[in-house]
Amino acid sequence: MKDATAIAGIGQTPFAKRLPESEKTLACRAILAALDDAGIAPSEVDAFASYTMEDTDEVEVAKAIGAGDVTFFSKVGYGGGGSCATVAHLAAAIATGQASVGVAWRSRKRGSGPRPWTNTRVQLPTPAQWTRPYGLLRPADEIGLLARRYMHEYGATRDHFFNVALACRNRANQNPAAIMYERPLTREMYMTARWISEPLCLFDNCLETDGALACVVVSAERARDCRHRPVYVHSAAQGLPAQVHGMVNYWNDDPLTGPSWTAARRLWKTADFGPQDIDVAQIYDAFTPLILLSLEGYGFCARGEGAAFTEGGALEIGGRLPLNTGGGGLSEAYVHGFNLITEGVRQLRGTSTAQVPGATTCLVTAGEGVPTSALLLRS
Amino acid sequence: MTQTDTTTAGSGGSGATGGSGRADGLLAPVPDEDGAPFFRYAARGELRVQSCADCGEPRFPPRPCCPHCQSFDSLWTKMSGRGRIWSYVLPHPPLLPGYAAQAPYNVILVELADAPRIRLVGNLVASADAALNSVPPERLRIGAPVKAAFHETDDGLTVVRWLLERP
Repeated sequence: MKDATAIAGIGQTPFAKRLPESEKTLACRAILAALDDAGIAPSEVDAFASYTMEDTDEVEVAKAIGAGDVTFFSKVGYGGGGSCATVAHLAAAIATGQASVGVAWRSRKRGSGPRPWTNTRVQLPTPAQWTRPYGLLRPADEIGLLARRYMHEYGATRDHFFNVALACRNRANQNPAAIMYERPLTREMYMTARWISEPLCLFDNCLETDGALACVVVSAERARDCRHRPVYVHSAAQGLPAQVHGMVNYWNDDPLTGPSWTAARRLWKTADFGPQDIDVAQIYDAFTPLILLSLEGYGFCARGEGAAFTEGGALEIGGRLPLNTGGGGLSEAYVHGFNLITEGVRQLRGTSTAQVPGATTCLVTAGEGVPTSALLLRS
Repeated sequence: MTQTDTTTAGSGGSGATGGSGRADGLLAPVPDEDGAPFFRYAARGELRVQSCADCGEPRFPPRPCCPHCQSFDSLWTKMSGRGRIWSYVLPHPPLLPGYAAQAPYNVILVELADAPRIRLVGNLVASADAALNSVPPERLRIGAPVKAAFHETDDGLTVVRWLLERP
């Protein structure tokens, strides 16, 4: 598996609060752009992978883009936890000879589409019976509860959350494709912003976005003949920890060591390098506190040190671990984390709008708090 | 009392049909087969947690078999109803209308005194039937001791709520 496959193409649509086209149309545009970026004909595609929450299914996509016979297809569960696993599934399929050209994608209209806490008046069955009636309605409320406990145990403050929000915003300010391009964030704006779920304010939350992204995975050998420098899938892992319970991971022994810890153990075990060798990181940022939990889970610092790690510009360009260099879910677009994968590819191609000089290794992670996945990419 | 007893509270597993009709606009629980006994005991004013009939380990949320010894025999063990606040949040709009009307309210996570690491999501209220925002936010504190209270919702299900031990 190690470096046996590579991401050879990436594609995306514009990101906006509202796009006129359907999710299916956006998906096709992103996939065709990724294939064009790779220089591979749609008729060569024989594998598809996406999320279970993706409404555009592989049959419709394959028909629309003109794929040939498809010999592998896969869908990964748990919302944003699935992003990196889509690439991992394709890489495994290609490395084991089940397919040769794979497409992973995510198309989403969450900027203009329905949100469950404003439209759904119906209670959901398990596990919502234990949470929603009490007003724990939104992911922000669920993560806010973990964030409060984290602050209590380790002395983290809102300034630490701000460090995360600022790093993402600063990078988005350099990225013309980002929704928050040319919209700087200040500490005063952060500290006086309206609450969403105390201790989380507006700027601790990702941007609900319309948009689609895709990438093309092929064998390492094939990738060397494609249009761009190959970005190798060095290591991949999924993580579904013992006694995990979806977003509300409150019922295992230690809710502050979530799915990232499980994924990380396997990810590093199969890699030739460790956290100290990572040049740039794309860490799932649906909410700012998730970054602190992931910094610990993926081994960039010890338990309880995630907040302190963010100090002194560590997450900025030139810092210890440049983070979410396209702006991430907080400031570029929230498309279930798929933009973190494409930005990881840009960094290792040397074409990011916030390029880390000489970057050769990148960690990309999927949603923390849900069964998750992660990738180590290298050039 | 074993988990296989027929239950009278709540509907079956996939039912997403209930829970939308409360006059106060709040969501009622839609218990599944495993969770229904919890609400049935709550209706009697008892806080009970599912535990293994063989090895005795408590578990939450309820499920068909024991993750420690794989036994399918379970009991519902009566708790003292005492616990401590493990964490809390204060949600603000945008929220479902019934919740927005009481926002900011609190949601707390209570760690049970009798069963460490069993934690229940709930609300800290001034009395069993008081509003979700009836305790001032400045009274909320991680580690504060709380005790269970029982609130019958508009559609007849009983939910567990929490009162400060030292109001």
